[in-house]
Amino acid sequence: MIDEIRKDAVLPSLRLCGLRKAFADVQAVDGLDLEVARGECFGLLGPNGAGKTTTIEICEGLTSPDEGAVEVLGLNWRASANELRQRIGIQLQETQFPDKLTVEETLRLFRSFFKRGISVDESIETAQLEEKRKSRVGGLSGGQKQRLAMACALVGDPELLFLDEPTTGLDPQARRHVWDLVDRLKQAGRTIILTTHYMEEAERLCDRVAIMDHGKVIALGTPQQLIATVGGEDIVEFAVSSIEAGGDHGAVDTAPLTAISGVQSHRVDAGLHQLSVSELHLAVPRIFAELKAQGLHLSEFRTHSATLEDVFVRLTGRNLRDE
Amino acid sequence: MNRLERSSLYQLTMVRFKLFVREPEAIFWIFIFPVLLALGLGIAFRNRPADVLQVGATTTQLTQALAADKGLTATTLNEADGARALATGRILLLAIQRPNGVAYKFDDTNADARTARLLVDRAIQTAAGQQQAVQADNELVHEKGSRYIDFVVPGLLGMNLMGSAMWGLAFAIVEARQKKLLKRMVASPMPRWQYLMSFLLSRLVMLIVDVAVFLGFARLAFGVPFRGSLPQLGLICLLTSMSFSALGLLVSTRARTTEAASGLMNLVMLPMWILSGIFFSATRFPAVVQPLVRALPLTAAIDAMRGNMLQGMNLGQLMLPMGILLAWFVVPFAVSLRIFRWR
Repeated sequence: MIDEIRKDAVLPSLRLCGLRKAFADVQAVDGLDLEVARGECFGLLGPNGAGKTTTIEICEGLTSPDEGAVEVLGLNWRASANELRQRIGIQLQETQFPDKLTVEETLRLFRSFFKRGISVDESIETAQLEEKRKSRVGGLSGGQKQRLAMACALVGDPELLFLDEPTTGLDPQARRHVWDLVDRLKQAGRTIILTTHYMEEAERLCDRVAIMDHGKVIALGTPQQLIATVGGEDIVEFAVSSIEAGGDHGAVDTAPLTAISGVQSHRVDAGLHQLSVSELHLAVPRIFAELKAQGLHLSEFRTHSATLEDVFVRLTGRNLRDE
Repeated sequence: MNRLERSSLYQLTMVRFKLFVREPEAIFWIFIFPVLLALGLGIAFRNRPADVLQVGATTTQLTQALAADKGLTATTLNEADGARALATGRILLLAIQRPNGVAYKFDDTNADARTARLLVDRAIQTAAGQQQAVQADNELVHEKGSRYIDFVVPGLLGMNLMGSAMWGLAFAIVEARQKKLLKRMVASPMPRWQYLMSFLLSRLVMLIVDVAVFLGFARLAFGVPFRGSLPQLGLICLLTSMSFSALGLLVSTRARTTEAASGLMNLVMLPMWILSGIFFSATRFPAVVQPLVRALPLTAAIDAMRGNMLQGMNLGQLMLPMGILLAWFVVPFAVSLRIFRWR
C-alpha cells in the first residue's frame, strides 16, 4: 500500500513518447516526447499552427495519435478512459456555453458528471464569479466566460488540469485576472498543463516551458534557462528615420554595430532593428555613438530584458505573433 | 443538492427544458402557430348552409314554378337580358319558354350550373304535373367528424409533431457541435447516451403539453371528435414524436453548421409536407407513388391519428402505420448512434 502511494508520487502526471499525428496533408504533431511531473505547471508555447492544441487534445483523449504512447496519471486512454475523464479537468479553446443558462446552472450541469469534486459554490468562489452567479452566460464578458470555463474544469477537483489558450482574445486586465486564478491553482499544488502563444503568459505562469514549432519541441526548460540561451540578457530595439539622413533612406551599416563589445547579434524586422546585448549599460552609449557617426536620426529606441519571444525569434527567425 | 439534482441525466434534461422555455420563438412555432393555423383553416372551411342558386326565366309562369324550389331564386327576364345576365354570371341558367317546350341555356362545364339545370328541370316538370316514379325522402347529415376541420386537425397535429421533434433535436445538437460545446461535453465524464436521452425525455414532457394544448383547442373551438381511445392516441403521438426525433438525430449526426442542418431538415420534411396528406387526402396521388407515400413516417402518423380520432379504430387495426412508425424510429436511431460525430 505504502509502496503504491510512493510509486504514485514519483510517477509523472503526463508522459508522451514519440507522438505523431497528421491531418490530411498537415503533420500537426511530428515526433513529440514530453514528461510533466506532479505539481508542475507546464507550458506549451508556440505560434498558431505549431501543434499545441493537437498535442493537448491527444492528452485529453479527444484525438487519438497516429503513433506514439500517451500516459496520463499513469493510465492510458484506451484502457481507462472513464476513470481518466473523472480525474482530469479540461478547458478547451473556444467553447461556447449555452447563452441562456446561468453561471450556476452551467456549473451544476458539469458538476453532475463527476462522482466526486468540489461544490458548485466553491467553484464559483474560486473563479470569482459570485456576482455573476445568477447571470446568463450570454451576458458575461470574455474574461468572465473564460473563468466560467475554468470553473467547469475545476468542479471535478481534478488531479491534472488542461488549459488550452486560457487567455487568447482577452483584454490585458481580464488576462491578469485569469493569471491570478492560475497562480492560486498552482499554489494549491495542482498539476497544470497549458498552451499559449503569449510568451509573457508562459514566463509568468509556467515552471517549465516547451517551445513548439511545426509539431516539434524546439526548446525545453525553465523560462530562465531558455532565456539564457539567447546569449544577451537584454534586447535593444531601435528604428531610424530617413528624413534627417538627406535622402539616404536611413540605411544602417550593421557591421560596426555588431562589432561593439557586448552586442551578440543583430536582426531587423519591419524597420525595427533588434540587438541582443549583454552589459547593457556599457553597450548603449557605444550604440548611440555609432549611429550618430553614421549620421542617422533615431525615431525609436527602447530596451527590454530578453524574453521567451526572443528565444523563439532566435530559434526560428520568426516572431511568435507572425502567424 | 439532493440525489435527483446530482443525477446527470436529470441535469441534462432540465437544461434542455430551460433552454427551450427561454427561447420565445420556439414556443411560438410549437405551441401557438398550430393553434392559429387550425383557427384559420377552421374559419375558412366552416360549413355554411347550402347555397341558393340564381336562375332566370322568360315567363312569369316559369318563374313561379321555379320559386317552388327552396334551392333556387328565380327572376323573370326577357331573352336578351337573360343572355347578358348569364354571360356576367349573375344567373347560372336561363329557362326559355319555346312553343314546343322549354330550353335551358347554361354552361355545362360549371358544376353549379349543372346542379341548377337539375333543380330547374325538376321544378318545371313537377309544376307540369309529373309524379315521382319512386318515393324518395331526404335525410340531411351535418355530423361532426365529416367536416374539413375534423380532417385537417390530425394532419396539423402530425405536422406539428414532425416539426417540433426534428427542429428540437437536430438544431440544438448541431448548434452545440458548432459552438464546440458538444466536444466539451464529451471531454467530461458525461455518459454519452445520457446526452441523447435527455433530448428524448425533454421531448416527451413537452409532447404532453404540445398535444394537450392543440387537441384541447380543436375540441373546444371546433368540437373535433375523439372516437378512439385517448391513451392509444397518446401512444400514437409518442411514437410519432420518437420517430421524428430519431430522424432529427440522423440529420444532426454529421452536419457541422446550423445552416447545413436547416437545409438537410427541409430536404427531409418537404416531401412529407406535400405527400403525406396534411391538408388533403394522400390517396389523391397516383397509384404508382402510393407505396412511397404510404412508407413516409408522416403519412403513417397522420393515417393512424385519423384512424383513431375520426374512425375510432383501435391499435389492432392500425398495425401497419404503427409498424411503419416503429421502423422509422429504430432504423434512423441505430444508424445515428453508429455514425454520430461527437466533435
